[in-house]
Amino acid sequence: MTRLALPARLTAALATVCLLLAGAGVAASQPRAGGTLTIVQGAEPATLVSGVNTSTFIGTVSTKIHEGLLDYDFDLKPRAALAESWTVAPDGKTYTFKLRRGVTWHDGKPFTSADVKFSLEEVWKKLHPRGRVTFAKVTAVDTPDANTVVLRLSEATPMLLAALSSYESQVFPKHVYEGKDFATNPATNTPIGTGPFVFKEWKKGDYIRLEKNPSYWDKGKPYLDAIVIRIIPDAAARAAALEKGEVQLGVFNPVPLADVKRLTALPTVKAETRGYEYFAPMYMMEVNLRAEHLKDPRVRHAIMHALDRKFIADNIWFGFARPATGPIVSSSPFYTTQGVPQYPYDVAKANAILDEAGLKRGAGNVRFKTSLTFPPVQPEIPRTAEYIKQALGRVGIEVELKNIDIATFIRQVYNWEFDLTQNYLYLLPDPTLGVQRLYISGNIKKGTPFANAAGYENKDVDAAFGAAQTEHDQGKRKELFARAQRLIAEDLPTFNLLELSFVTLYNSKLMNHTMGADGPYGSFRDTYLLP
Amino acid sequence: MAARPGVARFLARRLAQAVPTVLLIVVVNFLVLHLTPGDIVDVLAGEAGAATPEYVAMLRERFGLDRPLMSQLGSYVWGVATLDLGHSFRHNTSVLRLMLDRLPATLILMGSSLSLAVALGVVFGVTAARHVNRPVDGAIGVMVLLSYATPTFWIGLMLIVLFSVKLGWLPTGGMMTIGAGLAGPAKLIDIVHHLILPAASLALFYAAIYTRLMRASMLEVSGLDYVRTARAKGISERRVIYGHALRNALLPLLTVVGVQLGSLLGGSVLVESVFGWPGLGRLAFEAVQQRDYNLLLGILLMSSLLVIAVNLLIDLLYAVLDPRIELA
Repeated sequence: MTRLALPARLTAALATVCLLLAGAGVAASQPRAGGTLTIVQGAEPATLVSGVNTSTFIGTVSTKIHEGLLDYDFDLKPRAALAESWTVAPDGKTYTFKLRRGVTWHDGKPFTSADVKFSLEEVWKKLHPRGRVTFAKVTAVDTPDANTVVLRLSEATPMLLAALSSYESQVFPKHVYEGKDFATNPATNTPIGTGPFVFKEWKKGDYIRLEKNPSYWDKGKPYLDAIVIRIIPDAAARAAALEKGEVQLGVFNPVPLADVKRLTALPTVKAETRGYEYFAPMYMMEVNLRAEHLKDPRVRHAIMHALDRKFIADNIWFGFARPATGPIVSSSPFYTTQGVPQYPYDVAKANAILDEAGLKRGAGNVRFKTSLTFPPVQPEIPRTAEYIKQALGRVGIEVELKNIDIATFIRQVYNWEFDLTQNYLYLLPDPTLGVQRLYISGNIKKGTPFANAAGYENKDVDAAFGAAQTEHDQGKRKELFARAQRLIAEDLPTFNLLELSFVTLYNSKLMNHTMGADGPYGSFRDTYLLP
Repeated sequence: MAARPGVARFLARRLAQAVPTVLLIVVVNFLVLHLTPGDIVDVLAGEAGAATPEYVAMLRERFGLDRPLMSQLGSYVWGVATLDLGHSFRHNTSVLRLMLDRLPATLILMGSSLSLAVALGVVFGVTAARHVNRPVDGAIGVMVLLSYATPTFWIGLMLIVLFSVKLGWLPTGGMMTIGAGLAGPAKLIDIVHHLILPAASLALFYAAIYTRLMRASMLEVSGLDYVRTARAKGISERRVIYGHALRNALLPLLTVVGVQLGSLLGGSVLVESVFGWPGLGRLAFEAVQQRDYNLLLGILLMSSLLVIAVNLLIDLLYAVLDPRIELA
């Protein structure tokens, strides 16, 4: 009885939380200048530019200092940033950006088209882990005048406009970095950008301090005098600092989801789940298709039927997740369920499929043994693994759990030493950028993280993704991605389990912190604190 | 105390012994670290959430990870010999600088918590021994057991909940008020304000050990002939305890403090994490997770040098406390 009642009560409680979330983050009052915003994060950034290392902890800091050509609203539509306007030629092979005038770097030098050319040619295309793919077709960058940049492409790259944010493609000052090795340049620890906040001080292991840029191009902004990023590695201590109001903002699940309800019950702490549309985190199990039994598609279908993903989402992820319906998240413009096979929770069916596949239950009711490898990067991941072990045990699959740190995880999984994994991956705003890498056969590359570790090969899938990569017509692209979604859901080379919702926790005095699809990576020029 | 000719020879010999020890530590640490699966490039690629094979190869080449292990070891040992601890690729700065940045915070936390622990340990240990098997002894025993058995990080969290969140007397973490621009005495007071909770959480555990040790040691010493003689001479109980018994009873404590000083560097990881204290323990812990070999090796090397130096100092102190002990 109680076992049934508990989830129901939880769901009700979560519904209340979600209602509260709906109205969050919207400014109801006049912006007020002044004050210092303290943001908490769990780990120290490695450096302060996102040009080479795109880790989250760098991104949250760096995007206040640096800007991109564009930024994105909640529907992933581009908005003007350093580029005031832009045009794309009908064939998709020429992009013209008109840059904002009167923008200066934090050291006083003017920002020009030469900086954009330098950033694209020397950093984005050469050093950025994803930029190499995004800008691969850019053959020339012309700068007819100081405020115009023209990109010439050998083939259309429809995802290009989705990749010009202040996080994905930061614009760097040519005069600071030119002629020196970018990655080891000391300036990456004392960055100079065009953004609303200027780097001031970095006390390693303790905090980073940014101050208002007095000559910011958006006159009257930013409202805040300073932003301090405080490093608190312990999750419970982060919760205490939020509760006390010593820090006013924590992003990317600053505390375990189990604590979110307790904190948001306080009058001073609120939660926001928008602002992560850009990342589109998908919780998935990668499958090694080279492993005995797992190579049989029927076994994979049975495993999907054996998992109650609604239960996982509601109880382990406390409602901050929902079952995925395929390889693309529902917030994507390319998402479809039409003709995409679904695998509802059905233990009897799972058992029937396994019987049919000839996997008889042996000693201890076990059909076969396998292993599940996962990194404990979030407390919910080991819990989910425990559930999967139980659930698969019920259909006669014995699972050995392997909880290992992230470096070992990446080394083992992407050298194909695994059976099943569990982790979440960012699918990013465009499937060419975030989804195709997991499924195309050209990406079966040993030792490359987040590639096609499954060893999945399907010529039709390769063809669909290949065509979509350079298809400029949005309608045709949609059809290509729809085909890929159907094929992948049928073959199940990877179990796309849940679409995750990350949580931002903030003090009720903090306004305008989440302003677009990449909320935590916003510039915070509109952010202000109520007295 | 006049310098005896033995002291210089003793020091010279111990320092000579330290050289191969340090070399061994460097080599073993290096090899063990490189045996762990995954390297800094895996971690960086993992953080990036994407990486092309060219990107991964470029990073390995840049960091010198594509060279044979022995060649990497050779250049590392040569670097250490020439006092160059190398570059942290993750932090993009020299290892020495990273460590020196963190050293003051570590020394402050270590020094204050260790002094506090020793002071508490001596006071409670002596008190318990003086009232052995009486209620005071029993009460101290219960306290000791509690603080010994409670995990340090939990004590830390509970102190935060009580003193920061509920009472609002002390900050939840950090080392100083950010951006306050304090200087001089005001800055000192600010740091002490931030230091109280982490130092207390860290000290409690060690104080418990030292209390037990002091109690046993005092009981043992007070049965010895020279203490009986002192009492027979008719001097006050106070002087017997503090002038005669305590001095000898301190020797075992000194030994344990020496051994634990090394572990306190690492043992403070949890407290540093809970309180966001910018110390070396956390830096080392993060270096493990991030496979920042150069940084980790540097910290391990520094800790081992510290342990060697402290043990040397303790040996010297033995001779001061107990003139019967000869330095050889």
